[in-house]
Amino acid sequence: MIEVRDLQVRYGERVVASVPELDVHAGECVAIVGESGSGKSTTLLALLGLTEGAHVSGNIRVCGVEVLQAPERRLREIRGARVALVMQSPQAALSPTTRLGTLMRRALKLHGRGEQAAQRGTVQGDGRGKVRRIMVEAVEAVMLDPGILRRYPHEISGGQAQRFAIALAIALGAEVILADEPTSALDVTVQAEVVGVLRRLRAERGLALLLVSHDLALVSTIADRVLVMKDGAVVESGPAGEVLAEPSHPYTRELLEALP
Amino acid sequence: MTQTRVAEEPVRLRRTLPKITDRFAAAGAVLIVLVLLATILAPWLAPYPVDRLAPVDALLPPSGAHWFGTDKVGRDVLTRVLYGGRTSLTIAVAVLAMSAAVGVTLGVVAGYAGGWVRDTIMRVTDVFLAFPALLLSLALAVVLQPSVTTAIVAIAATWWPWYARLSASVAASISTRGYVDAARCLGVPAPMIVLRHVLPNSLTPVLVQISLDAGGVILTAAALSYLGLGAQEPTAEWGLMVEQGQTLFTTNWWVVTFPGLAILVTAFAFNVLGEGLRNALDPRRVVK
Repeated sequence: MIEVRDLQVRYGERVVASVPELDVHAGECVAIVGESGSGKSTTLLALLGLTEGAHVSGNIRVCGVEVLQAPERRLREIRGARVALVMQSPQAALSPTTRLGTLMRRALKLHGRGEQAAQRGTVQGDGRGKVRRIMVEAVEAVMLDPGILRRYPHEISGGQAQRFAIALAIALGAEVILADEPTSALDVTVQAEVVGVLRRLRAERGLALLLVSHDLALVSTIADRVLVMKDGAVVESGPAGEVLAEPSHPYTRELLEALP
Repeated sequence: MTQTRVAEEPVRLRRTLPKITDRFAAAGAVLIVLVLLATILAPWLAPYPVDRLAPVDALLPPSGAHWFGTDKVGRDVLTRVLYGGRTSLTIAVAVLAMSAAVGVTLGVVAGYAGGWVRDTIMRVTDVFLAFPALLLSLALAVVLQPSVTTAIVAIAATWWPWYARLSASVAASISTRGYVDAARCLGVPAPMIVLRHVLPNSLTPVLVQISLDAGGVILTAAALSYLGLGAQEPTAEWGLMVEQGQTLFTTNWWVVTFPGLAILVTAFAFNVLGEGLRNALDPRRVVK
């Protein structure tokens, strides 16, 4: 799903992220860990071709698209529809003047999802009904009440907003979910819900998950492989069990010791 | 699932909060509605036809027959004030609509795009702002044929840059919000992001500014008419009526006083409403 080779993101002379190798396959969960400013989020944005004003070199292949060579149009087709981004502060990611259902319907329309489903006959009903069905199914898949589609963003909780972001990815049929600190803005019980939803979707739908987090406890419960980043460079990578159990780099040990 | 239910309570509370609670704002709104009704219903409310000349009845003081008295040519001042409101308010609405349409469009594009697009738009805006507003309006009104339409164009030409500036700064801050990034990450094309996210979320301060400005526009229109560059005889317009009545002030005070009061009351009402809106829509007051 994701293949990165020799990725380097520079702002002027400053290298903010340098990733020699990063692969995420379908059904797999890879976590990038590191402290703030270590280049984790920049790496995610680079995968979507959204690093404005930066100089990006290397090879990035996402869902068969060469991100650095592809025209903007082609990139817009994969953004959201095939690769979804779940952001750190879920409510800030929702426009306050738009109902959630409207937002989801527009996103589906933008990527022509309604018509596609109609043609394939995967969903019952006609036109609007089909879109509606897709929306309700997606929302229910993340354990939300379909009534939430009538709500405005300020009327829902952070956990609901985060699950809605995931529902949006499902509705659009995304194959890869990029999650940028998806739980750090949530309290502990809500974190568990969101993580549960992510884990289930990965198992049921074979979604690939690329998780950026500084929360090693979260990472240890969900990730297959881990990349540790410090000051824009990958200092250690490998299977989650190995890296977290026997860290070879002093920085990784430091991070682990910081755990409560 | 409990999550869903828990959130239900604060929902209703918050929905009712943004309503206008400010008493002054409410008073302003009521006044505006009254003024609007009075001008809209002018044909039914006015005791005399608007252009009825009656030289015999010239300059009668307020009485039972003519509550606001009559002017130099015997027209009923109350009738002219009611009809004059139509002209003045039309000017205000037209000027604000034009200014907001032009200013907000340019401003939002500038604010979202940034870079050279923003610089270009803002420099053009600055050029317009560099002229004293009333002088620019005057110059335009002189060059074009003086009329109500001219007054509208002339005032709008000096008014839109303020909206461009305001909405550019608001849009610039909106453009850094998470939902704009989120839209980009969803593959939404830039024009759609501006239209659906930046624009609607930038409108609140603009709406407040519009209601604050309405009074100012009416006063400016009155000033233009007063200088003979706006509405022309026999159109009834408040500013024009003040102009015609001012020489008579010492002898026939009512000719200038009533249209003057109408301007004052309307401008005041819009200002109060604007202040109230600003308070009511202030996020610091809305949130909790």
